[in-house]
Amino acid sequence: MAYAGLELEDVSMVFKSDGQEFTALAPLELQVPRGRFISLIGPSGCGKSTIFNIVAGLQAPTTGRIVLDGEDITGMIGQVGYMLQKDLLLPWRTVLDNVSLGMEIRGVPLKQAREKALPLIQRYGLGGFENRYPSALSGGMRQRAALLRTLLVDTDLILLDEPFGALDAQTKAHMQEWLLQLFNDFGRTVIFVTHDVEEAVFLSDDIYVMASRPGRVIDKMPVDLPRPRDRSIVSTPRFVAMKKYCLDLLHTHGVVEEEKAAA
Amino acid sequence: MNTKTTALPGRFSWTGSTASSRPAVQRKIKRKLPVQKVWSTWTLVAVQIGILVSFVIAWEIAADIKWIDPFFWSQPSAIWSTLLIFLTTGNAAVDVGFTFRSTIFGFIIGTSAGALLGMSFWWSRNYALVMQPYIICLESIPKLALAPLIILVFGMGLASKVAIATALTLIVSTLTAYSGVQAVDKDQEKLFYSLGASRWQVFTKLVIPSCVPWIISILRVNIGLALTGAIVGEFVSSQHGLGRTILYAGSTYEISLVWVAVLVLSALSVVMYASVSWLERVLRKGVVH
Repeated sequence: MAYAGLELEDVSMVFKSDGQEFTALAPLELQVPRGRFISLIGPSGCGKSTIFNIVAGLQAPTTGRIVLDGEDITGMIGQVGYMLQKDLLLPWRTVLDNVSLGMEIRGVPLKQAREKALPLIQRYGLGGFENRYPSALSGGMRQRAALLRTLLVDTDLILLDEPFGALDAQTKAHMQEWLLQLFNDFGRTVIFVTHDVEEAVFLSDDIYVMASRPGRVIDKMPVDLPRPRDRSIVSTPRFVAMKKYCLDLLHTHGVVEEEKAAA
Repeated sequence: MNTKTTALPGRFSWTGSTASSRPAVQRKIKRKLPVQKVWSTWTLVAVQIGILVSFVIAWEIAADIKWIDPFFWSQPSAIWSTLLIFLTTGNAAVDVGFTFRSTIFGFIIGTSAGALLGMSFWWSRNYALVMQPYIICLESIPKLALAPLIILVFGMGLASKVAIATALTLIVSTLTAYSGVQAVDKDQEKLFYSLGASRWQVFTKLVIPSCVPWIISILRVNIGLALTGAIVGEFVSSQHGLGRTILYAGSTYEISLVWVAVLVLSALSVVMYASVSWLERVLRKGVVH
C-alpha cells in the first residue's frame, strides 16, 4: 500500500552562480499525510518558495524526488494546486471565468466549468461579483477568487504561498476563518507558507519551522488544538504557548544567523 | 594657540554664526496661488474659428493686392472653385477611393502580420535572439527609400501602394507586439504552468490577450504611417490616387488643385484617424478592464 499523501525524499536545491554554490534547500525529508493542514514558517530565504516550486514541478530539484500517493511526480506540472502570493487574476476575464481557468486548462468545456464554479462563487462570498472584472474587487475578494480557482482544480494537494500576506489585519482574520471553512468543506491537503506565526498556529495541524543559510527545517510542532477553531482560541494559554515557542525558535535562529553572517 | 582658545566656547560661537549667516531682512510674501481661468468650450471654438477665418481672409487679400504671388501660392477663392470642380466633374471618388483602399489594406496587413510576427517570438527564445538583428536592421532602413523598387516589383497598380504602406507599418507593429510579449507577467505564466497548461494554452489564453492592449496602442500610429506609405507610392508612380493628383497638379502649375488634393487628403486622414480612435476605444472597453 502506497503512502497516502505527499513525500519529499532527500529533496535539495543548489544554485550555482559564478562558480559559487548556494544551497537554497538542504536535503529535506518531509511527509504530509493526506487531509492535513501543514504550515511552513521561517525567515525569507529559508527555501519555502523553493519547496513549492519543486513540488509544483516548476523547478527541478538538484537531488531527490517528490512522491504523491506513491507516484513519482518530480518535475511534473499540474499535479498539485499552487496559489502564488499575488492573486494573478487575468484582468480580461470576469471573476467567473477566472475561477474557471484551472478547469478550462484541464480540458473541461468552458460552459461546464462555469456551471461548476458559479455555485461555489456564490457560496464562498463572491455572489453578485461573478460577472465583474477583477479590477472591481477588493484585495480580500481577489484572494478569494484566486483560492477558489485553485480549489476547483481537481488536485488533492494545495500549496498556498502567503496568500494573505498583503491584506490588512482585519481582512486577514476574515480570510483565515474563511479558509478554515473551505478546508473543512473540501477536505484537501494544504501546505501553507506564512511569515505570520499566529496565522500558522491558528490554521495548521503541524508547523514546520525553517531556518535559512542553508534553507532547512529545524523543528516540527504539532498543533493539538481542537477543530473547528474559533477566533477566541488565540487568547487561550495553549495557543499563546505554542506561538511563543515558534517565535523563540525563529528568534534564536535569526540571531545565530545574523552572527554567522557578521563573522 | 590663539585660534584654539577663541574656538573653545564652541556652543556659543556655533549659535552665533547661524544667526549672522541668516539674511538680515526677509520680505514678507503676500501672493496668492496663480489660478488660470479656462474659457468655455464655445469661446475656445469661436477663437479657433476666428483665427482660421482671419487667416483665409488675409491670404485672399494678400493675393489680391499681389503681396504674395497667386501663381505660386494660389488663393482661397480659386481653391474653392477648384474644389467644386474637382468634386463634381473630376474623378474625385476614384482618387479618394484608391488612396483609401491602399491605406486600409496596408494598415490591416501590416498591423496584423506585424502583431503575429512579434507574438511568435514568444515561442522560442533562440528564434527571437536570432531574428533580433534582422528586425533592428529592417527598422533602421528608411522604408520609403525602397518605394521605387517596390513599384518595380509590384507594378503601378494598387498592390505596390499596399506593399509600401505595409512595409511602413509592419516593423513598428512587430516591435510593439514583441514588447507586449516581453511584458507578459512571469508569475502569471508560472500560474498557468502550475495548473498544467500546455505551451499552446499559455499562448492563446495568456500571451495573446496580454499583447492586445499593446497592439491597440499601435493602431493610431499605423493608420498615419499607412497613409504616408500609400501617398509616397502614388508619388513614385501611379495612375490614380490623391498623391498622384498632387504630383500631377504640381508639375502642371495648377497650385489650386494641389491645395484641393491636400485638403481632401487631410479630410480623409482625419476621418480614418477618428475611426481608428473609435475602434481603439471600443476594443479597449471590450478588452481592458
